[in-house]
Amino acid sequence: MDFFDRFAIPHPSPVIYASMVAIALTLVAIVAGVTYTKKWGYLWREWLTTVDHKRIGMMYLISALLMLFRGGADAIMMRAQTALPENTLLDSQHYNEIFTTHGVVMIIFMAMAFIMALMNFVVPLQIGARDVAFPRLNALSFWLYFWGAMLFNISFVIGGSPDAGWTSYFPLAGNEFSQSVGTNYYMIAIQIAGLGTLITGINFIVTILKMRAPGMKLMKMPMFTWSALITNLIIVFAFPVLTVALAMGTIDRLFGGNFFTTTDGGMDMLWANLFWVWGHPEVYILILPAFGIYSEIIPTFARRNLYGYKSMVASIVLISVLSFVVWVHHFFTMGQGAMVNSIFSITTMAIAIPTGIKIFNWLFTLWKGKITITVPMLYSLGFIPIFTIGGVTGVMLGMSAADYQYHNTMFLVAHFHLVIIPGVVFAMLAGLTYWWPKMFGFMLNERIGKLSFWLISIGTCVAFFPMFISGLDGQARRMYTYSEATGFGIWNMISFVGAIMLAAGFVTIVYNIYYSTRYASRDISSDPWDARSLEWATHTPVPDYNFAITPQVNSSEAFWDSKKNGHKLFPGNYKEIHMPNNSGVPFIMSAIFFVLGFALVFSIWILAVIALLGIFACLAHRSFEQDHGYHIPVEEVKETEEKLGGARQ
Amino acid sequence: MKVDQTKPLEYSTEQNNLNILGFWMFLGAEIMLFATLFASYFTLEGRTGSGPSGSEIFEITPVIFETFILLTSSFTIGLGVHAMRLMNKKATIAFFSITLLLGLAFVGFEVVEFFTYIEEGAALQTSAFTSILLSTLGTHGAHVTFGLFWGLFILIQIKKRGITPETANKSFIFSLYWHFLDVVWIFIFSFVYLKGMM
Repeated sequence: MDFFDRFAIPHPSPVIYASMVAIALTLVAIVAGVTYTKKWGYLWREWLTTVDHKRIGMMYLISALLMLFRGGADAIMMRAQTALPENTLLDSQHYNEIFTTHGVVMIIFMAMAFIMALMNFVVPLQIGARDVAFPRLNALSFWLYFWGAMLFNISFVIGGSPDAGWTSYFPLAGNEFSQSVGTNYYMIAIQIAGLGTLITGINFIVTILKMRAPGMKLMKMPMFTWSALITNLIIVFAFPVLTVALAMGTIDRLFGGNFFTTTDGGMDMLWANLFWVWGHPEVYILILPAFGIYSEIIPTFARRNLYGYKSMVASIVLISVLSFVVWVHHFFTMGQGAMVNSIFSITTMAIAIPTGIKIFNWLFTLWKGKITITVPMLYSLGFIPIFTIGGVTGVMLGMSAADYQYHNTMFLVAHFHLVIIPGVVFAMLAGLTYWWPKMFGFMLNERIGKLSFWLISIGTCVAFFPMFISGLDGQARRMYTYSEATGFGIWNMISFVGAIMLAAGFVTIVYNIYYSTRYASRDISSDPWDARSLEWATHTPVPDYNFAITPQVNSSEAFWDSKKNGHKLFPGNYKEIHMPNNSGVPFIMSAIFFVLGFALVFSIWILAVIALLGIFACLAHRSFEQDHGYHIPVEEVKETEEKLGGARQ
Repeated sequence: MKVDQTKPLEYSTEQNNLNILGFWMFLGAEIMLFATLFASYFTLEGRTGSGPSGSEIFEITPVIFETFILLTSSFTIGLGVHAMRLMNKKATIAFFSITLLLGLAFVGFEVVEFFTYIEEGAALQTSAFTSILLSTLGTHGAHVTFGLFWGLFILIQIKKRGITPETANKSFIFSLYWHFLDVVWIFIFSFVYLKGMM
């Protein structure tokens, strides 16, 4: 039985055993449910093998929401543990595992996936394209992400979770101090998901550069597409750094390498540097699409075109450049000289300039606008003040001399949550509500949506503002408990209340999805918000081929022009449309990646070799395959268009 | 499939254009990958622990051979792409075959080199320097090895299907990959071997 001993949990608890049972039951329920309703064929044909960017976007969305709840459960447990001094709800080891998985799940598997979801669904529609440049690679990206996420998530029931923090600093993350396989999961699962992200990056750059509708010059692209382009450029240049760092970490842990060890010349600070050379641009990979979403929503509901389009573009480009030259500010206290720290302080504070430009542009767009308060608009309006508080405290942290006081305290935790939550989470929820009717053909309930907004935004402030105070008082982050004499108790209790409000907010979102799916009217127009960009110019639900006739564009708001100024968006007649074929290979290949990852985590070499051969076979199959897609004949296009409510003007 | 006769075959369709731009983007990512490896190499170069340093294990003769072999293969694949544009199937196949054989010889030399290092007590586990040395060389070597299989598959397709917009596109992209590996090798030759031996 020695072979199976390695899969045991090193530090078990009743909660983990309960989770095991829950996971097993869920899997059985899913399999039984699909079998009972005879949906395996449907699932395989319509979803697992799909290469349609819209469906891939939806699958990203579902995965992101699931991961949001996984990461959210971690967050609630942490806040509950620290709500009282010397609480014993969790022990230190579990607390370590939970803050580690909370960070990884929220950043890599929730926020990234949410961004990919909206980018996948919206960008090809916004530029008037039929699909992305490489539809099959797009499917591969999603499935690599999905199986990477699955690999990471089984860690807590098979072999133990990673427990060295989401930053996984060495030597803590090395074999000496992290003996369970947990950190192997970290290194390998993120590697697999990261590969998918890199492929998305390449795919979307080519799509945006080469597949825009005629007339849509770069400076006439909608702002969300601009932000997607820049985001993907950052992905392509930042993710390989993570690839190398994770590979080195893997070599250290599995093969006894000496990159980050404390003996034989190893250098632990190399990990910290490489991690943040990727990690800081990653922050902007998360925030730029969010900025793009706000730049779509604010003009729509202020009934004005975006103020300062050119300066918006210039500032995201500037942010993307600066994002690569600030990484040292994550470890000012870790041994650089005053000179190096000062340089990175200045570059860090410089980022506030382009970000400030964007904030003012949004405010000027609102100025004298005819504002309608809808749920997406509420999130956008709530974002501006809360994000500014988070951002300004970031500038405080950016002063290297002062950072010695703030570093690794709850002040830092408050800062980055107050930029990431209004920045990314609000934007994603705003985008979700905004594009939901285009995705699913009905609108989310506004009343419940507004309730969610207030719960989430007030919850965010209540949960994180007290951390500024306890942090300045000296409460270190990642401490599983504290004594009563420290006086941190009251602040942590307030935080816990905020966390519960946040959780309640997310529950109302789920309820809203349920409620609206059941009761919302299906009789909505294809442009329910009276919006401005091309994705609203096609039918709802969007036909497979997106646009029957390729749109002609003359401005950055071509659809608005077609509605108000008589611009003819769809000239010409129907032609037959070329479409890509579905393929099961991306799904199968990614599943084999999962097997490979699992084999590597537990050093089962024979299985790893077999999996590698499997991946190689999939690649070879793709090389020899001849697949020219298929054509939708003109009659079918005409029929579909008529069924969806007639030709578009 | 719309074919534009005014352009070289590998650029003649819409999808071909997308593929080539996509591959350039991929090479951008590869540049970052190797740049990270080089940056780490320079950081860890002097950290030899109790193991040997570069000047103690590097030998110029096999490295010179490797360099000449790989540079020559870059030249022959250039001839292969030229032959492909002239629609000369036989010459294309011949030059691609020579390229792959040279690649195989390169990998052979590198495998021998690795075994020599390990015999001399410079294994992956020895020190930070040997870890990064073998990882950097190994990443390049793994790329070449992967390229051998990829190139072979394309070769078989040209033989079976002739020079079509599709196979031309694949061969051209493969040649970009091969030239890129050559460029990386020039950096390895200059900044790993020559610098290490000085």
